[in-house]
Amino acid sequence: MNTTLERKEVKESANVEHQNDQRSVKISVRDLDLFYGENQALYQVSLDIREKEVTALIGPSGCGKSTFLRTLNRMNDLIDSVRINGDIHINGNNIYQSKDVIELRTKVGMVFQKPNLFPMSIYDNVAYGPRMQGIKNKKELNKIVEESLRGAAIWDEVKDRLKTSALGLSGGQQQRVCIARAIAMKPDVILMDEPTSALDPISTLKVEELIAHLKKDYTIVIVTHNMQQAARVSDKTAFFLNGEVIEFEQTDQIFSMPKDSRTEDYVTGRFG
Amino acid sequence: MRKFKDNLLLGLLWFGAFLTVAILLIIVGYIFYKGIGLINLDFIFGDYSPVGGGGIWPMIITTIYTIVISLVIATPVGILAAVYLQEYAKQGKLVRMIRFATESLTGIPSIIYGLFGAVFFVTTLAMGMSIISASLTLTIIVLPVIIRTTEEALKTVPASYREGSLALGSTKLQTLYKVILPSAMPGILSGIILSMGRIIGESAAIFLTAGTVAAMPEGIFSSARTLTVHSYLVTQESGDIELAAAIGIVLIVMILALNFAATFISKKLNKADY
Ligand SMILES: Nc1ncnc2c1ncn2[C@@H]1O[C@H](COP(=O)(O)OP(=O)(O)OP(=O)(O)O)[C@@H](O)[C@H]1O
Ligand SMILES: [Mg+2]
Repeated sequence: MNTTLERKEVKESANVEHQNDQRSVKISVRDLDLFYGENQALYQVSLDIREKEVTALIGPSGCGKSTFLRTLNRMNDLIDSVRINGDIHINGNNIYQSKDVIELRTKVGMVFQKPNLFPMSIYDNVAYGPRMQGIKNKKELNKIVEESLRGAAIWDEVKDRLKTSALGLSGGQQQRVCIARAIAMKPDVILMDEPTSALDPISTLKVEELIAHLKKDYTIVIVTHNMQQAARVSDKTAFFLNGEVIEFEQTDQIFSMPKDSRTEDYVTGRFG
Repeated sequence: MRKFKDNLLLGLLWFGAFLTVAILLIIVGYIFYKGIGLINLDFIFGDYSPVGGGGIWPMIITTIYTIVISLVIATPVGILAAVYLQEYAKQGKLVRMIRFATESLTGIPSIIYGLFGAVFFVTTLAMGMSIISASLTLTIIVLPVIIRTTEEALKTVPASYREGSLALGSTKLQTLYKVILPSAMPGILSGIILSMGRIIGESAAIFLTAGTVAAMPEGIFSSARTLTVHSYLVTQESGDIELAAAIGIVLIVMILALNFAATFISKKLNKADY
């Protein structure tokens, strides 16, 4: 009985959203609870993330944005104490029922808050993922590396120094190589956890331009503390507070006429 | 006043550094001064003869045997153990106890290990006084050193490398092999260099397990004498400081050469990543 009810709900919400959105649902989250041991960090999170849109996650520090983001590629599995209830479907597959985390992570890439390139050359960093998938052919790798670096708008800056250490690049360049490394896997979804918080304004701008460009090909979920950034880059915005999604709407609506007073307080800078 | 304090501190730091270097130079200088007269090809490559000293070639070979055998066993075992403790084992009471044990083992005087080796390898396992008994004893001596340094090296690898690699859909083993171990390599190598130093410097434990036969060993089951033991014995028996100093020179050169080799290998390994 419970399941029929749920299915009906999902169907209804899909119908409703269909009216103002043609894109298909890429990631569907239903009633997600997450616990770190005894402490609950996410409460009944439900939202649909649509294909080739940028979805921003905002909210005060500690409200569970990173935790939620990391459920989408199961990085939370690395923490022993984490327990999860609820469902996440990506491309219609329940990711927590499937055993294949590797497959999931090749489809759902991640860019972290601080650039975390490996102490290898730029080339080897970008080729790392494909190599781990068993691609050895030099030509093929060259092609992937070039395409990915072009895709991340950093090719011209690094093409003459591909074989030098990636750690010699500036922070902003490193972060774009991180993005290249993620897209080298040809993922469907890219998760970004405050990707510009360690960058200077100009590098930040470059990454934002890049995001606008990438959304043609990828579904992007981005955590940000920067309201202007959320407004600039995202189509939809979810406002998190104490582990709950308070409001999930078109970005312009969240910023111009939020329904919930708590959202309004937050986006106008009255708290958090 | 603050300036004065700064200067005072700087002076003390400088003095400490100076003293360390000076002591080192004095010792090395003294050893070279005393021993260099004896160094020649016959001395290094000649066979030992009880009358008139003779060469030290058998001892050099024995020393190399002990270094190679004990490191060939201790390095892989130590690294595997450290990787298990650091990356795989559930961090609980048992792991803490193992850590405490390895830490304590590094502090035990080597004569104790020597006694154990003499009882266990020489007698119980009937390997006799031999290079292999000594090498296995040395393996036990350096194993905790390698485990400790490897664990420390693994700890310094940023968690973000692990996350980055796993997030790219690689397995835990791939992450370990391609990212974590290469990043930890300099630390692991310094553990191995430290171990070589301990092996070369060891006398008591070897004395008790390999014996003192001053001839070219026929194999790893022969009793034999390492350079350090030899240097101890010649000083003891004949009070021949010059001979001991000459052996000291050979030891110093060997240690330097091994350090350079290890650093070189580590650089090569790092380059291989690019
Ligand atoms: N590894 C962990 N173990 C236990 N609790 C954790 C862990 N990581 C996060 N938490 C807790 O979960 C809650 C949500 O944390 P999370 O990092 O998701 O917040 P956030 O919204 O990303 O914050 P920020 O904006 O500061 O990055 C916090 O209360 C935090 O203390
Ligand atoms: Mg966060």
